[in-house]
Amino acid sequence: MLALHGATKSFGAVRAVTDGTIDLYAGEAHALLGENGAGKSTMVKILAGVYQPDSGELLIDGTPVSLHNPADAQNAGIAVIYQEPTLFPDLSVAENIFMGRQPLLAGRRIDRRRMHADSAALFSRLGVKLDPGRISRGLSIADQQIVEIAKALSLDARVIVMDEPTAALSATEVARLFDVVATLRSGGAAVLFISHRLEEVFEICQRVTVMRDGRHVLTSELAGLTADDLVRAMVGRQMVERAAGERGVAGEVVLHVEHLTREGVFTDISLDVRAGEIVALAGLVGSGRSEVARAVFGIDRYDAGRVVMRGRQLRRASPTGAMAAGIGFVPEDRRQQGLVMDMSVQQNVALASLARLRQAGLVRSAAERAFAADWAVRLNLKYGRLIDPVSRLSGGNQQKVVLAKWLGRRPALLIVDEPTRGIDIATKAEVHRLLVRLARDGVAILMISSELPEVLHIGDRILVMREGRLTAEFGHEDASEEKIMAAATGQLQEAS
Amino acid sequence: MTTTVTERREPAGAPPGSGSRRLTERVFRIREFGIIAVLVVFVAITTSIEPSFLNQQNLQFLLINTTVYALLALGETMVVVSRNVDLSIGSILGLSAYVSASMFGHHPGIPIPLVFLIGLGIGLACGMANGFMVAVGRVPSLVVTLATLYIIRGIDILIVGGNEVTAQTLPNSFTNIARATVAGIPYLAIVIAVVIGIGAYYMRAFRSGRELYAIGSNPEAARLAGIPVGKRIFTAFAVSGAIAGVAGVLWAAQYQTIDSTAGTGYELTVISAVVVGGVAIFGGSGSAVGAAVGALLLSSINSALNVLGFPQLWLEAISGFLLLLAITLDRIISVRLMIALRRRSPGVGT
Amino acid sequence: MEPDLNARAAPGPATGSPPAPATGPTGLLRAAARGSVRWETGLFLLVVAIVIFGAVTSPQFLTSGNFFNTGVTSGEIAIMALPMTLIIISGEIDLSVASILGMSSALLGVLWSHHWPMPAIFVMVALLGIVAGLINGLLVTRVGLPSLAVTIGTLALYRGVALILLGANTVSNFPATYTNIGVLPLPHTQIPYNIAIFVVLAVIFGIVLHATATGRSIYAMGASPEAALFAGIRVKRVKTMLYVVSGLVCAMAGVLWTFRLATAVQNNGLGLELDVVAIVLLGGVSIFGGKGTLAGVVLAVIAFAGLQNALLLTNFNQEATGIVIGALLLVSVFAPNAGRLRQGLPPWARGRSGRSGHQSPAVGSGT
Repeated sequence: MLALHGATKSFGAVRAVTDGTIDLYAGEAHALLGENGAGKSTMVKILAGVYQPDSGELLIDGTPVSLHNPADAQNAGIAVIYQEPTLFPDLSVAENIFMGRQPLLAGRRIDRRRMHADSAALFSRLGVKLDPGRISRGLSIADQQIVEIAKALSLDARVIVMDEPTAALSATEVARLFDVVATLRSGGAAVLFISHRLEEVFEICQRVTVMRDGRHVLTSELAGLTADDLVRAMVGRQMVERAAGERGVAGEVVLHVEHLTREGVFTDISLDVRAGEIVALAGLVGSGRSEVARAVFGIDRYDAGRVVMRGRQLRRASPTGAMAAGIGFVPEDRRQQGLVMDMSVQQNVALASLARLRQAGLVRSAAERAFAADWAVRLNLKYGRLIDPVSRLSGGNQQKVVLAKWLGRRPALLIVDEPTRGIDIATKAEVHRLLVRLARDGVAILMISSELPEVLHIGDRILVMREGRLTAEFGHEDASEEKIMAAATGQLQEAS
Repeated sequence: MTTTVTERREPAGAPPGSGSRRLTERVFRIREFGIIAVLVVFVAITTSIEPSFLNQQNLQFLLINTTVYALLALGETMVVVSRNVDLSIGSILGLSAYVSASMFGHHPGIPIPLVFLIGLGIGLACGMANGFMVAVGRVPSLVVTLATLYIIRGIDILIVGGNEVTAQTLPNSFTNIARATVAGIPYLAIVIAVVIGIGAYYMRAFRSGRELYAIGSNPEAARLAGIPVGKRIFTAFAVSGAIAGVAGVLWAAQYQTIDSTAGTGYELTVISAVVVGGVAIFGGSGSAVGAAVGALLLSSINSALNVLGFPQLWLEAISGFLLLLAITLDRIISVRLMIALRRRSPGVGT
Repeated sequence: MEPDLNARAAPGPATGSPPAPATGPTGLLRAAARGSVRWETGLFLLVVAIVIFGAVTSPQFLTSGNFFNTGVTSGEIAIMALPMTLIIISGEIDLSVASILGMSSALLGVLWSHHWPMPAIFVMVALLGIVAGLINGLLVTRVGLPSLAVTIGTLALYRGVALILLGANTVSNFPATYTNIGVLPLPHTQIPYNIAIFVVLAVIFGIVLHATATGRSIYAMGASPEAALFAGIRVKRVKTMLYVVSGLVCAMAGVLWTFRLATAVQNNGLGLELDVVAIVLLGGVSIFGGKGTLAGVVLAVIAFAGLQNALLLTNFNQEATGIVIGALLLVSVFAPNAGRLRQGLPPWARGRSGRSGHQSPAVGSGT
């Protein structure tokens, strides 16, 4: 139904896509895989009409089509659900769905009643309860996605592109999303599903296209392929079996959290992290894990309880105090929270250590550069020049910059929130090895992760949160994906 | 959001609906139309202290005084709602006032509608220049309209030279526009009120109006949604300019002596009125009706100071304070609202 | 590819040259040599062009007497531009600067007319500036209001206070020792007091901005407010401090202005805030925050003062110089955008974006 052949797209000197090719058939769910930087998001933006390809041909139902802007793409029946939903917070849900296409009364006035009724109909088709009149501000990410999907439905989209849709969803929401995909397929639409989660790809997709370095390298039915095959296609080499590394003996308690509570967000969280151990905090998105971490670090406040670092109680809501006590915090959102995108690599690395780089009260750029260069070598950072804006680096290297920033302070406790989200497989492995190595050197690590393989792979102890409470704790030996999921979703049963 | 058109001074009733919807609607009503309650309370208190506040002469004077600001507030609302700002309206008003009024001196007998058209044309040209630069150049409107504020004022000064337009050159039919009354209420105030009502209704009930709100609420999403952002912003500025041009002619009819300082400083007063009247400074919400009531409130305070015997010079400080109060309250309300909404929508399937 | 935590980088300069935002004087020179500081270079050329224009159109332009006069009349604006630079780089704006100037001038006049001793008056005026700046800073950081709206409000409020303080009166009987500041140069030199103060402050602000941790943090919070917070930068404290400094500096400017004109009147400095913002933007400081140099602003001050002066000497209608200022302002924002289209808005105008994740952390967003 839709075919994009031989697309190329360059941005200045950077060739993002060299041979982009996708074929979509009506009624199929098609996965688009590839490491970061492989050109997937550029392809998506081409389909969405945001970018115009430098060359290549786009055919819809056999007819060549040119998309000059997002409106053209919409008219052509292509809808894109982005990773971060882009709604209008001040407007109602119904208006968000129908913006620009609101049903009209005589005299071209908007027919609000019909708009609300149509929205309600869309929601019931999706099996969701959302009030169309409700203002969008304050909706959870999962709800926002539902609104976006409703918008796509209302456009009678025949091609629906979903860009990492499950990254922020709970298991129930993912299941519901997959039902929705099935509904869309049975209606004759094609769903292009972009994800790093191979389990999900195998579950709902029929065919897959793999891209690498801007080119299309593989298109095939999924049946008969294994995860290894896919990874090999993405990475170009055999997936290295990730060695877990020896686990050292855990030392003293570095972080002691007691009955930490923040009304409506998390309740009665008590945990310890010892030197040399990696404590993984698992749970569904929305269970409050990041909030706990941010409260420990002092970005968010809390209402009750204490945080004790190496025997000394920390003041609430003081990141400076937390840093002084030896905590480093690698946040969830790399681009908004972890890095100052406009600043250079060296300035980002040095940003948390400026006080230490001072000589006679002044900060010299030479000192920054030396500091950054040091860490670049240690972390095997790939960059052009240290003074380049950090936005030019790939996702994996950006994450390394964030890590360098914190490691440069020699923290006693390193909190990492989704350390490998949005990172290519090779760098992922590097980060895991780094974390294990740090633990071996005596750093206490609190890792928040939604990727169960990662949690099981490097966590020494695994804590599970659900709806703001700690519901389970597992040691490395007796943990399993099923048990963790069960604790995270509230069905505490003995796994077989 | 509201489903009915409200006219000035009539607060809307409570809507039907479930839980959070009722809450948000109620809060938004307060933010958009609570200014009406404030005005009513203020007028009531002042009148109880000094009944002559509401006598006919005072009332007429008050309403006439407000018309120019309220009209400017309409155009400014359209711009602010789309997350922009138009600082050049004072300069546009000044230029239009002088040029159009001086037409009477240079071309005696010129028909009044033509003079209005000239003023509108001047304002439209300025507004289109603003709109073009903001929409095409994608440069912050604060900077663009700051620059055009300077430039247009400079052009005005050059054109005016050392002259001024004086009342004798203006025909009575022109100056009567500001004076004519219908059953004691100035004719002009009624017309302006209707125009504002139409403008506010347009923004509420027509797609292109709603798109302005969308642009202000999330500009990137608006682009992705295929809204012709550039076109809409261009139009908003063009309209704002045109309105300022017409306001200039009205200003001339009212004050009758026009030199190169006409309209200086008006933009900040209008923005204060707009924000006090419930339009969010970042756009996305608010109504021209509220903005006009905000202008009316500021005028009333001015008049009250007069009537109650306070020195006029308290007005500036008071209006500044009110603006700060309005945005502080706005912020507190919105924070509480966010927290309340979060509690009611913990997410599907959690 | 095992990361080696104990590795050390090879000694010597790393691959590459000086950093993108200029740091330190040598950094700036090296960067200029590389041609990356195009804005400041363009400004320099502009200054040269203005000097040539002035010299050509009037024989008096290049006299030391003229330089003196130019310095005197533009001294206060120049001084106010310095803290404004830091504020805009940090991602905010302060439109109340001229009103603080007027308010302090009014206070000076009122207290003097009540026979307060001048040193005590100076203390009170300084306190006034600090309090005014503190109000701005707290409203922006603690209450979380957009600085555009806040400073529009305080612009009116402080001007109103000036009005209330002084009413319609003018106070002009200041002693010559003080009013001479505006008339006589520093002893043994031809430099006006204003300019001397400006130079000293410019050096201080320049060092702070380009060579201290605070300066780095100002760039960071302007470029990415959330990331700055997550890096442990005390954004609120720094911003509040910037506003307080601005208030103090503007109060001082108010004193200088009053002595120069030898008159305290309530409309002192009316409308100056736009001049100050125009100069800072002309100096290459990005309205979006996170970019700009103090050297650029200094050049812009010179350009602005020189241009006004040159036009004055040619009997160009003084008040119409706004046209030129406005045009320069437009050029200053369109030129960089010709290269790379900037999308989005300055932080002080951005407010709550569409992303639910972009709420102020204190409100507790979470995914």
